[in-house]
Amino acid sequence: MINLIWLVMIISSLVVAALTGKMEAVTEAVFASAEQAVSIAFSLVSIMTFWLGMMKLIEKSGLINWVMKLLRPLVSILFPRLPKDHPAAQAILMNMSANLLGMGSAATPFGLKAMQELQTLNPDPQTASDEMCTFLAVNTSSMTLIPTTVIALRAAGGSANPTEIVGTTIIATFIACSIGVISDRLLRKFSAHNGGRK
Amino acid sequence: MLQTIIQTIAAWTIPLFIFIILLYAAAKKIDVFTTFIEGAQEGFQTSIALIPYLVAMLVAIGLLRASGAIDLLIGLLLPVLTKLNVPGEILPLAIMRPLSGSGALGITAEILEHFGPDSFLGRVASTMQGSTDTTLYILTVYFGSVGIRRTRHALAVGLIADFAAFAASIAICTLVFG
Repeated sequence: MINLIWLVMIISSLVVAALTGKMEAVTEAVFASAEQAVSIAFSLVSIMTFWLGMMKLIEKSGLINWVMKLLRPLVSILFPRLPKDHPAAQAILMNMSANLLGMGSAATPFGLKAMQELQTLNPDPQTASDEMCTFLAVNTSSMTLIPTTVIALRAAGGSANPTEIVGTTIIATFIACSIGVISDRLLRKFSAHNGGRK
Repeated sequence: MLQTIIQTIAAWTIPLFIFIILLYAAAKKIDVFTTFIEGAQEGFQTSIALIPYLVAMLVAIGLLRASGAIDLLIGLLLPVLTKLNVPGEILPLAIMRPLSGSGALGITAEILEHFGPDSFLGRVASTMQGSTDTTLYILTVYFGSVGIRRTRHALAVGLIADFAAFAASIAICTLVFG
């Protein structure tokens, strides 16, 4: 699936560029984008290093148990087959808490940690497990309580009430997340674990 | 008033979080510095391992934008949306949102500037921007970090959720702000 999508994205772009005479712009975009990708990875280094250090402290001090107690029901609904006190469950909880609190910089490191832990439970390391797909469904719809970036952007744009979209955003993100999780459950059966090249 | 409260919360969350974590760990007699280093060591490797995945995905997205393929797609979809009473000005954001975080933020800023943050379009764009994340980026980074090649139904689910977020944003803003 991802192979086909990548191929279509690039080939169709090149065909469109050829027809509209944008070959120069396209050449430039290749190298500019590659450079941007590397700088994103490097900016990840700083936040990953910091928050994984923090994560270790949360883990070792037992602070994680408080978070677990609070949010465990949510995890057992979303990931019924995940062992209750597995490190994956802990990292998933930290990722979800960070997202909810609007700490985007912390959510990614916790999320990647969760993926590594889920990978240890995955029978086929090249194919996404059911739990990974559910986790991605929750993350791509980014349940957040306070959309800080948008509020700042609105305030900068001279809005009379920059925060008036908080309520509508929470409802929209909740709907998106629910539909994501439900469609994950429905589609799971149709995308096979092994050999299914979906 | 609400704005001040929210800004205060936003400014305090991370410092308070760090404060609680460190104090709690110290109270439990943990060697805070050594433990921090122990965890932090994994950060570098994980991030660097993502470079091939990020380059692959960002180049493809950069090509889509630079070639005008996205504009072409918008042109094709516009008549359909107008028939459904959806404001066409919002379409570039809807298409960019799952592809590129910085691209979508740029379009949102443009809409806010052009139509005003308190216009109907400004409110819809704000809600859309905040209610979903960059699906393709998350997929690339999360699956890339553990070397997953077959992503099964994850992309479909992410795009369905994005579509739901857009539809919900328009519907809710129509209901609330009319």
